[in-house]
Amino acid sequence: MIAARGLSKSFGNVVAVDDLSFDVRPGTVTGFLGPNGSGKSTTMRMIMGLDWPASGSVTVLGRRYHDLPWPLREVGALLEARSIHPGRSARAHLLTLARSNAIARARVEEVLDLVGLTSVAGKRVGKFSLGMGQRLGIAAALLGDPGVLLFDEPVNGLDPEGIRWVRTLCKRLAGEGRTVFVSSHLMAEMALTADHLVVIGKGKLIAETSVADFVAGSSRQSVKVRTPAPHQLSDAVTNAGGTVISDPDGSMTVTGLAAAEVGDLAASMGIAVHELTPVASLEDAFMELTDEAVEFRGGS
Amino acid sequence: MTAVVGAPTPFAIEEPPGRVGLRRAMVAEWTKLWSVRSTAWTLVGTGVAVVGLCALGTGTVSPSEIIDDPTRRSLIGVFLGQLIFGVLGVLVMSAEYGTGTIRATLSAVPRRPVVLTAKVVVFGVVAVVVSEILTFSAFAMGQAILSAKHAAGTKAAAAQRAQQLGLKIPHNIQALLTNGSASLGQPGVLRAVIGAGLYLAVLGLLALGLATIIRHTAGAISAFVGVVLVLPLIVEALPTGLSNALARYLPANIGLVMFSTNGALDRVASAFSPWMGFALLVFYTVVTLVIGCWILVRRDA
Repeated sequence: MIAARGLSKSFGNVVAVDDLSFDVRPGTVTGFLGPNGSGKSTTMRMIMGLDWPASGSVTVLGRRYHDLPWPLREVGALLEARSIHPGRSARAHLLTLARSNAIARARVEEVLDLVGLTSVAGKRVGKFSLGMGQRLGIAAALLGDPGVLLFDEPVNGLDPEGIRWVRTLCKRLAGEGRTVFVSSHLMAEMALTADHLVVIGKGKLIAETSVADFVAGSSRQSVKVRTPAPHQLSDAVTNAGGTVISDPDGSMTVTGLAAAEVGDLAASMGIAVHELTPVASLEDAFMELTDEAVEFRGGS
Repeated sequence: MTAVVGAPTPFAIEEPPGRVGLRRAMVAEWTKLWSVRSTAWTLVGTGVAVVGLCALGTGTVSPSEIIDDPTRRSLIGVFLGQLIFGVLGVLVMSAEYGTGTIRATLSAVPRRPVVLTAKVVVFGVVAVVVSEILTFSAFAMGQAILSAKHAAGTKAAAAQRAQQLGLKIPHNIQALLTNGSASLGQPGVLRAVIGAGLYLAVLGLLALGLATIIRHTAGAISAFVGVVLVLPLIVEALPTGLSNALARYLPANIGLVMFSTNGALDRVASAFSPWMGFALLVFYTVVTLVIGCWILVRRDA
């Protein structure tokens, strides 16, 4: 169980986290969602006692991280940036952590096996690929068999198989009654992994809700349409109260009308439709909510 | 926290009694120290410097040359060794920041003064043991070389000459004439050899303290080199009166006194006594480490 209350943090004049309060409960995967630069990593670091909050507090299992008697047995974390000496072997890295928290040596081999790094455990970490590094980070998080797990952007650098593995792992860990808090800037990934969401933008809490409610609450729905007569259909959609945006690939995105309505409209006018796809409204819900809160936007 | 109705039972964790403390942190630091290659390499480098320069310093002495202080001559490599040893002291802390390991370290042992204390104790013990082995080795080798050179050297020659002239050599002169090579039984020699090792070890810890403040390998090494090499040059450039007054406070000069048998008064005017100097050096190091600890606790990791 993680509880943040009025958590705030600035770096110089830049407010990274602004009066953030949320709870992360055991037994479910809670997604920590926000655009890049929205304060997710800073929040994770404050949970871990690495950064000091300017005000407010965050507790894990009712205690500040510093007051946990055996931190690695209570909280396991994969932080965003690498935190492993490239000159040390994977095994030595885990052994160092294990010894500090009185964790049996056998557990090191166990987690190496669990993440599939046994065959390279003696190799220096500097020679690891990004994906192997992530796996080692996850092994370190699982080392103390903790009840609370924090994964900051765990699928970064993983191949599709690795992404699926992390997703399954998160769900399994939550199924065992653990508290699992996973950050991501990818809504689609969160939709597949998380049950609950804590959504932030510019360091502020935007939503704290279940994934289902989050999606249902979105006012925007869009449909991707591909037709040989875009102008005709575009006019018809506009007349029917919809909004049309032409996409660079020649298709168009319709908002304000459901996919069925667009299809019926085209049929009634005898316009051929080559593609008619309701676009994942999760992304839209996310975009809609964080629209105002995106710190850095591409030049468009 | 209010309990959520229908929430699953909290995950049960196994915990031994007590909490993560200094002993656990020290075991982890020990594991860390020996699981990177740079540790062995810097120690070998220090050894080559201390023993190699000793061979050079004593091997180039001509048989007729009278050496002021053969003990100091055999330990002269400490001045080069301290630089390489300082790098190891710096790396013990700066590598944590350079590689991000500090995040893993503080996740495992969140109380930061405990982490720093563990590093100081583990590295300090390794530093003292290795330094003393090196300085005693250098001393033994250097004196063996010198005594071979002076087999028919100064003392015997002087005694023979005195006899020819019908003179008796006064005791204080006699003492000087034994200086062809030194033995641990002579006054001040054992203290100088032990002192050389302690100097090396304390400078390693000073380097660790600087790295705790500065956090960057290159920056901390620069600061360390500045303190032991550049500071003496600056002090030397000052007006003579001021220069002489300050010289005895310099770590390098304190070191020189510590591994000399004659107080090195020929080199450092108004030098502190060896143990007084050592106490001052320890004081510098403790102050540096305390400032480092304060910064470590206050700043974001």
